[in-house]
Amino acid sequence: MNNTIKVGMADANVCKPPDMITTLGLGSCVGIVLYDPVKKIAGLVHVMLPDSTKIMNNSNKYKFADTGIDTLIQDMINIGAIRKNLVSKIAGGAQMFSFSNNLEMMRIGERNVEATKDKLKQLGIPILAEDTGANYGRTIEFYTETGLLHIKSVGKELKIL
Amino acid sequence: MSELDLNRIDNMQYDVLREIGNIGAGNATTALSQMINSKVSMNVPKVELLEFKELSDIVGGAERIVVGILFTLEGDIDGMMMFMMDKEASKHLVDILLGNLQSSEIVDGDDFSEMGLSALNEIGNIISGAYLSSLSSLTNLTITPSIPYMAIDMAGAILSVPAIEFGKIGDKALLIETEFGDKDNSVNGYFILIPSLQSYSAILKSLGL
Repeated sequence: MNNTIKVGMADANVCKPPDMITTLGLGSCVGIVLYDPVKKIAGLVHVMLPDSTKIMNNSNKYKFADTGIDTLIQDMINIGAIRKNLVSKIAGGAQMFSFSNNLEMMRIGERNVEATKDKLKQLGIPILAEDTGANYGRTIEFYTETGLLHIKSVGKELKIL
Repeated sequence: MSELDLNRIDNMQYDVLREIGNIGAGNATTALSQMINSKVSMNVPKVELLEFKELSDIVGGAERIVVGILFTLEGDIDGMMMFMMDKEASKHLVDILLGNLQSSEIVDGDDFSEMGLSALNEIGNIISGAYLSSLSSLTNLTITPSIPYMAIDMAGAILSVPAIEFGKIGDKALLIETEFGDKDNSVNGYFILIPSLQSYSAILKSLGL
């Protein structure tokens, strides 16, 4: 029986075959899939903000790109993934509304993507594929068997990365 | 003035916030009802303290396709106001208002004509204005809304925008949500008021709490 593991906003989970891991309706948030292709173990974190050090209240590690990725790696190692095998695929970081008067709010998606890439680069985890930016929401599904990331958006064709 | 602690809101404070939703949404519903010349009713407002992962459940799931019209608020009360409707309900509403003008101009594949989109923005303006002005006169606090910002997309993606603003200050979002609908539920949706934390304190203080 294949299970679907759902990840909410500022949340994360891990997944083994034959299960699929998904997060619904990514907007300005970024969905980061980490995958160990040898052990076929995947993890997904749905981060809302770029940097935990800029925010006072940061008890939820999964809320931020930096601490979210660190914590997810640990979660994956705990169920048997090997750190050096890890690769990544990322999606999200859209600009949902075209705010004319608030630059900081307007760029939040972009900043989330930048912070995610910086963090992955710093950790030496390659980004195999990405679908980021633009102005629409995305639902992503990652299949542990194939290592493929399916991206669904309103009024657009299914993308497979 | 003591900061409101999100995790320690007492029943009295909840009641007051619910009443604010009641008055605001009541006025907004009346405005909508006059606009479409049909009775629109609303549910008892919900004041909910939610974790981010539960947020999209309040509007029926993250993947539900909605029209979201967002206003940023400034003044004594700041934060955001969101007016959210199912895409189908929005189409129906535009049809009521524009009649044949809408359908004749739609290019294949588009859901709304230019004029339809502009009408939706204006609807958002009028009914959010009704909500906010009643809140403003009740509390004697100024609220200055921005121009409307519209997106037609998955509810989760749209709600991520106010959620991120809340994410900067905590791990939960407190919102005042009211569902409305006409008799056959063809025009239905949600008003969601998302004041900043300081604004909650300001609102409660203005009412003597």
